Amino acid sequence: MSADVKLDDVWVSFGDFVAVREASLTIQGGEFFSFLGPSGCGKTTLLRTISGFQDPTRGRVSIEGHDMAGIGPNKRPTALIFQNLALFPLMTVAENIAFSLEVRGVGKAERRKRADELLELIALSGQGDKKISELSGGQKQRVAIARALAVEPKVLLLDEPLSALDLKLRQHMRSELRAIQQRVGITFIYITHDQGEALTMSDRVAVMSDGVIQQIGDSKDIYDHPETAFVASFVGENNALPGKVTEVADGYARIETGLGTFRGRTSGNAALSPGEKAFIFIRPEAMQLGGGDNRFRATVLTEEFEGNMRHIMFRTVTDKPLRMSLINDGRSATEISGIEEEVGFDANLAVVLPHGPLAAE
Amino acid sequence: MLLVNYFRWFFTKNGLVLGSILMGAVAFWCIVMIILPQMFMLDYSFRLNLAPHEYGTAKDVLTLENYEYLLYGSSANTDSFNFQDLGVFWRTIVAALFVTAFDLAICYPIAFYMAKVAQGGLSRLLVLSLIVPYWVNEILRAFAFRIIFGASGIINETGMDLGLWDQPIDFIRADVALYAGLSYAYILLMIFPIYNAIESLDTNQLEAARDLGSPWWRIHWRVIIPYAKPGITSGCTMVFMLTAGALAAPQILGGPSSLWFTQRVYELFNKAIHWPRGSAYAFVLLVACIVIVLLLMRLFKVRLGEIAR
Repeated sequence: MSADVKLDDVWVSFGDFVAVREASLTIQGGEFFSFLGPSGCGKTTLLRTISGFQDPTRGRVSIEGHDMAGIGPNKRPTALIFQNLALFPLMTVAENIAFSLEVRGVGKAERRKRADELLELIALSGQGDKKISELSGGQKQRVAIARALAVEPKVLLLDEPLSALDLKLRQHMRSELRAIQQRVGITFIYITHDQGEALTMSDRVAVMSDGVIQQIGDSKDIYDHPETAFVASFVGENNALPGKVTEVADGYARIETGLGTFRGRTSGNAALSPGEKAFIFIRPEAMQLGGGDNRFRATVLTEEFEGNMRHIMFRTVTDKPLRMSLINDGRSATEISGIEEEVGFDANLAVVLPHGPLAAE
Repeated sequence: MLLVNYFRWFFTKNGLVLGSILMGAVAFWCIVMIILPQMFMLDYSFRLNLAPHEYGTAKDVLTLENYEYLLYGSSANTDSFNFQDLGVFWRTIVAALFVTAFDLAICYPIAFYMAKVAQGGLSRLLVLSLIVPYWVNEILRAFAFRIIFGASGIINETGMDLGLWDQPIDFIRADVALYAGLSYAYILLMIFPIYNAIESLDTNQLEAARDLGSPWWRIHWRVIIPYAKPGITSGCTMVFMLTAGALAAPQILGGPSSLWFTQRVYELFNKAIHWPRGSAYAFVLLVACIVIVLLLMRLFKVRLGEIAR
């Protein structure tokens, strides 16, 4: 049922503008794979290239080992779910779902039967005769999925399909999408700028920026072992301290920053050498009060109280405050701005990466 | 009651002065420009053709004679029906329907191309090149067609040069020039409503249909045409009405044998000076057109409200 999708040195340009450069990766059959990146990073272009609406300028897209060059979107074993869903407003729910079967010349009764089965799959049984405009946002969402699944695609492509929903529904649909994927067992390729979506649903994530795939890995990898400054700053909260590398040894590097010289892990895929400009990234939750291998003194700016978490901002040499997140255990005192504290972090929870563009705030 | 509420709302919203001006303008337009002249014509159509001094005398009675004339002709007519006028009437309606269908067939692809295929600049250029020829007035355009289709016109010249035919074809007598001219006359009124309708269709819908495996013709049949139906109906309605009521093109491009029904009405008013009969003929044409349009709307399941969108 499911199929591999392979990108082989894929480039897509529009005139002088290069939207995707040098994309090479293999998505396994049955995998839930996400492309994560800010808007304009080329992820939608890449999705359109896989679905066949966009021809690659260079390189090759193959699905199940077949080269897709010259094969139109209507002939590929893929189905695309559009950002705005693009349901047909003048057809009923069942007609929408069975449209691909109608195209193939499947008889009316058989179409209706299949539509009813799919409606059951998306928990909308008995709603086949409704108009699209009578459905709620989440229901439309599910109808779009059913319509795409009716083609029996080997690969389902989803272009930020949850972005139009409100927060609560979005979180509900995440688990629903994941459940549907596991039920039908086909490859899902998911595009999003929402890291929460990407990290919770996906087997693997590719982080993109400016048309370049920065890193591919499972959610934990992406979060704990970022390989570029962009990934480290884009995925989750991260404190970035710029500095200069002084020493590299045994998977660790020493870096001289405005707050002191610190030690942090290096990434296996990003070579560093002494003298080079670099960043050390420390997660707010890795920061601690009065502990850790690396210690320094810093002045409290403000504190944000979030209920379960407390976020304390410290003044640094850069204009961005250093953020520390602590679990609210109910005992700790409120930090008063202006006081100086000893703060620190463990070297194995910080990562030193070569200098590069950070994600925009 | 509803109407009173509406008026109250209208005047509160616009104020007494502006409200009165707006209301007055619309009332003037409706009553003086449309309803009154038509009422006079309707009244005329039930009168005898009398000399002015006979108005209001005993001879001035209401009669169906003018309508009967269209059906049965003069009392001297030996046929059972007025085949001549009825024939012209029938031919006008059928030809207008044909011209409408022909315009639709040409305009739908053009409108689709402009709305969904052509990119920004090209699309605007196309719109301009469609509009600019209409700055030339209708009579001149009709004469231009007469020249193009004439015995020594460009079509005959080219055809003969290419050896397709060796005698000039009389396009005028064969009514080819007439139908071409009529088709061209109101083509914009077909293109723009369809263009507007298709333009507002979300392009993702076309891609979605394609992604679901649909060939191009089915995308048109199942997605675009149903969506553009109000625009298509609106275009067809206008083209049909205006073609059936056209006068300049038939006058200039019509062959000697072909008489458009409006020409017959024109004759009755201006040559025969028989205004009552002319009014009756004009009314029959108007009612027939309205009935046909309503029938077509029924057939294609479009409501009047949708056309006005």
